[in-house]
Amino acid sequence: MSMTSVLEVEDLSIGYNSHLAVDKISFDVQEGDLLGIVGPNGAGKTTLFRAILGLQQYSGKIKLFGFEGSKYRSLLPLIGYVPQKVTFEPNFPATVYDIVSMGVISDKKLVKGAKLIQQCGCCWNRLYKEIGNNDDKITEALETVGLESLRNRRIGELSGGELQRVFIAKSLVKDPLLLILDEPVTSVDVESQTKFYNVIKKINEKNNITIVWSSHDLDAISKYANRVACMNKKLFFHGEKEKFFSDKELLKTYTESSMQMHMHDHGMH
Amino acid sequence: MVLEALSYTFVQKALVAGIAVALICSFMGTFLVLRRYSLFGDGIAHVAFGGISVGLFLGVFPLWTAFIVSILGGLGLQKLRQSTQISGDSAVAVVLVSGLAIGVILVSSSGGFSVDLFSFLFGSILLISNEDTLMILAISAGIIATLAVMQKQFLHLTFNEEQAKIAGLPVTLLNYAFVILASITVVTSMRLVGILLISALIVIPNIAAMAFGKGFKKTVGISMSISVISVVSGILLSYYYNVAPSGTIVMIAVAILIGVLVARSAGLISKIDIKKQPQTTHNS
Repeated sequence: MSMTSVLEVEDLSIGYNSHLAVDKISFDVQEGDLLGIVGPNGAGKTTLFRAILGLQQYSGKIKLFGFEGSKYRSLLPLIGYVPQKVTFEPNFPATVYDIVSMGVISDKKLVKGAKLIQQCGCCWNRLYKEIGNNDDKITEALETVGLESLRNRRIGELSGGELQRVFIAKSLVKDPLLLILDEPVTSVDVESQTKFYNVIKKINEKNNITIVWSSHDLDAISKYANRVACMNKKLFFHGEKEKFFSDKELLKTYTESSMQMHMHDHGMH
Repeated sequence: MVLEALSYTFVQKALVAGIAVALICSFMGTFLVLRRYSLFGDGIAHVAFGGISVGLFLGVFPLWTAFIVSILGGLGLQKLRQSTQISGDSAVAVVLVSGLAIGVILVSSSGGFSVDLFSFLFGSILLISNEDTLMILAISAGIIATLAVMQKQFLHLTFNEEQAKIAGLPVTLLNYAFVILASITVVTSMRLVGILLISALIVIPNIAAMAFGKGFKKTVGISMSISVISVVSGILLSYYYNVAPSGTIVMIAVAILIGVLVARSAGLISKIDIKKQPQTTHNS
């Protein structure tokens, strides 16, 4: 088994105008990880994800399976991404099936990705297996997120929690190398949140999909993640979950800075 | 009466070309309406007016110059939207008035409006030649085939451009291809309803179809049906009452839209939905 990381971030800095949104952070993600990224609002989590997805200029290095440059870019379509919120017309004429089928990517891209992954010595050949009937893949993804019964429902009629699961399914149809979830349950009720977390845990353990997930919910992170990264522009911690939650000083600093950001956001002093 | 109308070659040609135009306008219109480009058709049609004037001014077949100028106008519109802070509707307004202004200058310098120009402004489906009919059929077949092949990519682009980019779609290239297809659709359709009413065929059948609350393929199907019904009945009624087919077609489409909206607010359309989809959703 190769030790190549799925994702490596080295000295990554991202600036907007004159200030740094992300300041020299470095961490890695191993295959099968469920990495929880915590940090207050404005900590640069979304900016970090956008850089990984090739949507943001940066300095430093980002590697996928050890690849940079054009090889890195050819692996990008194999990353699944669920943003905080996807805005669309309320009467957009697309069913759950229509949206999930958008996630299907061409065999050409899959083969290219699989060849690259094998080049780096990984015994990770799931992609080859995946080439086949798209309809079966869509059904399987919908079953995994528990939305098979809603496949013909128009997306405008779904609740926030169901919608986020649709976007997970959209990512799952391509059997992603890496799944990035950006505060995916921010506007979702508690019952739907639990359902959502169970889906995440299931696809991480059963499908062995590597997940990077940002959240403010420390309880959920402590319950579901295996590793934690804590950032506020700079990276304060990266390592095993148990270590993070046993470091009382770090937890106190995190909670205080989160509270300050929260009060600032709501105009409280 | 209908049989009598159908026995005339000019009515047959009008119906064949009309149905082809109805299909491309409604299919292309689904994407245009969803991308909030509803007035794109209007803008490009006005640019086409400039293109037609160029053709008439130079003594070249005006439809060819209309195609070239409209595609350039469409690409300019896309560029304006992408590389400046100008919003979509303002960009359409800039391109629309530019096309119209060029047209007015050329028309005035070549001695005023001609019959040809009027037929482009208000449509002249009953006067089209065999060559025009064949050209409309060939272009329509090309547009429908392209849209059918690329509908998944265009739907992804329409749904969320950033998500499409992350999925590895060549977003910039697709946007330009989309604008070129839309420009060709508008110019091809001008003979049916004319420059001034073209956006009606792009927008109205789609708004009505979306009120049914169905998925993408069914919505396109409903939109195409409404469009074809409007065009066929509009051409036949205009023959019967001796009125302009373009106005008749658009007024029938408007009447269908009003009917659908009334039926929806009376709960008739949602009742059909509930019967077909018995599951309930949880609201968060």
